[in-house]
Amino acid sequence: MHLLDVKGVTKHFGGIKAIEDVSFKIKQESIVSIIGPNGAGKTTLFNCLTGLTALTRGRIAFMDADISKLPAHRILEAGIARTFQNIRLFPDMSVIENVMVAQHSTIKYGFASAVFRTPGFRKSELDAGQKAFEYLELAGIGSFAEQPANSLSYGNQRRLEIARALAAGPKLILLDEPTAGMNPSETAEVMKLIREIRGLGKTVVLIEHDMKLVMGISDRIVVLDHGVKISEGPPDEVRADPMVIEAYLGREALH
Amino acid sequence: MLLQQLINGLTVGCVYAVIALGYTMVYGILEFINFAHGEIYMLGAYFGIVFLSLFTASGFAASNFPLAFALTVLFTILFCSAYGFAIEKTAYKPLRNAPRLSPLISAIGISIFLQNYVMITQGATDKVFPQRFGDASFHFMGASVTGLQLIIILASGLMMLGLHLFIKKTRTGKAMRATAQDMTMASLVGINVDRIISTTFVIGAGLAAAAGVMVAAYYGLVNYSIGYVAGIKAFTAAVLGGIGNIPGAMLGGIVLGLMESLGSAYISAEYKDVYAFIILIVILLIKPAGLLGANVEEKV
Repeated sequence: MHLLDVKGVTKHFGGIKAIEDVSFKIKQESIVSIIGPNGAGKTTLFNCLTGLTALTRGRIAFMDADISKLPAHRILEAGIARTFQNIRLFPDMSVIENVMVAQHSTIKYGFASAVFRTPGFRKSELDAGQKAFEYLELAGIGSFAEQPANSLSYGNQRRLEIARALAAGPKLILLDEPTAGMNPSETAEVMKLIREIRGLGKTVVLIEHDMKLVMGISDRIVVLDHGVKISEGPPDEVRADPMVIEAYLGREALH
Repeated sequence: MLLQQLINGLTVGCVYAVIALGYTMVYGILEFINFAHGEIYMLGAYFGIVFLSLFTASGFAASNFPLAFALTVLFTILFCSAYGFAIEKTAYKPLRNAPRLSPLISAIGISIFLQNYVMITQGATDKVFPQRFGDASFHFMGASVTGLQLIIILASGLMMLGLHLFIKKTRTGKAMRATAQDMTMASLVGINVDRIISTTFVIGAGLAAAAGVMVAAYYGLVNYSIGYVAGIKAFTAAVLGGIGNIPGAMLGGIVLGLMESLGSAYISAEYKDVYAFIILIVILLIKPAGLLGANVEEKV
């Protein structure tokens, strides 16, 4: 059984064919990279997977259930969380609050118990806080827990986005250019973090431009160009695929 | 004299503050001025009269007035919250993705509808609040505070404190803050944004309803058009404090109430309603973001 089954997904914006008939499957606990030149439709595909954009055609099955028509918060509950290429934190909340808000779907209590701080509330709040802190530690930013999110450095804001995505308890986590704007040593740390996330039994799909990272970490790679899937397979195969070389370097590079 | 004016100003200011919260909470999340909010306050005043009249007619108010009044407030809040909920679902939610002017016009439509609806069903003349509170008052340092003024100040304070705790401490409060900061991202961390928006309207309407009953009891007279001026004043209070900022709305309301009261006493009572707008103009010129508002860049 595949965790994610994308079948014939198509998204048109008016006359623009952002994604055209893209299909692929993703196995549980694998790391899959989606690559392609700018404008290939990678982020649009993420938007379709997370319920931000309605599909024009096609079907997305997650754990054998059709999720293509669910609203974003239901898809998260089903188990898909994501990060953004341009970081989207809740800037006026503290670092730990950013993580705790993502536990929304997993923990519930009422107004009265919160105001009167009943034992049940204190326990669930303590558990939530502890869990949130663990995610921050995992992402390597535990020491910034009480700071405002917008005071973090760029690299740490990316880590916070990953911690927040993890806090929702997803089975599949989508990372949109997690190393954008990072230097090589920061990139290496994120690579390590992605492996740790997989080690927790989670499946990771990432959009990435850093080919060293993509080739080093991925079990499989899906290549998009102008909204169409042009290649798919393990890194070595994809690297040697003439279609991929053409898309990236132009037709002349083949001769 | 000064102390007396401060007390009067604080009473009115608390009411402005409680209404202003509804404007500022909705603006914080949807960046939209709910121009029908003042009408909820007006409905609150009418529902207050209806329920208390029922309790008076049945003799219940005569035997236990405090309980009857408390129940009146409670029922009014419930009914007006239902109005707030229904208005959001019918007039604003279908326009969530429409151009920004559309829900604004829809709000004005709702406002006109509610005013006329009340005018037709309740009549265009003033209604009298069925039971005046006694003139029993507490005296200190040459000023006097009536029991009702105390109730208004205390109840408003409690509502503001309750809202503050709700926003800061509860999970729904956190979700509201998250939704206000980035609605799309909020949905992506599992927050049901539609439910949060409904909650916001219900809470705002409940607060306005409570303010409506208290003012109806305070002034004793109500008519179908009181929502307009109160709405504009509360809106001014929200802008004064920084629209979208909850502590700002509380501060703005109280400052506005005090200014009006002091202006009426020391300058001229003729211009009572003018002070609010002078303050609004001055604030917009000097500090457009309001007293507690941060200077935010336009969202792209």
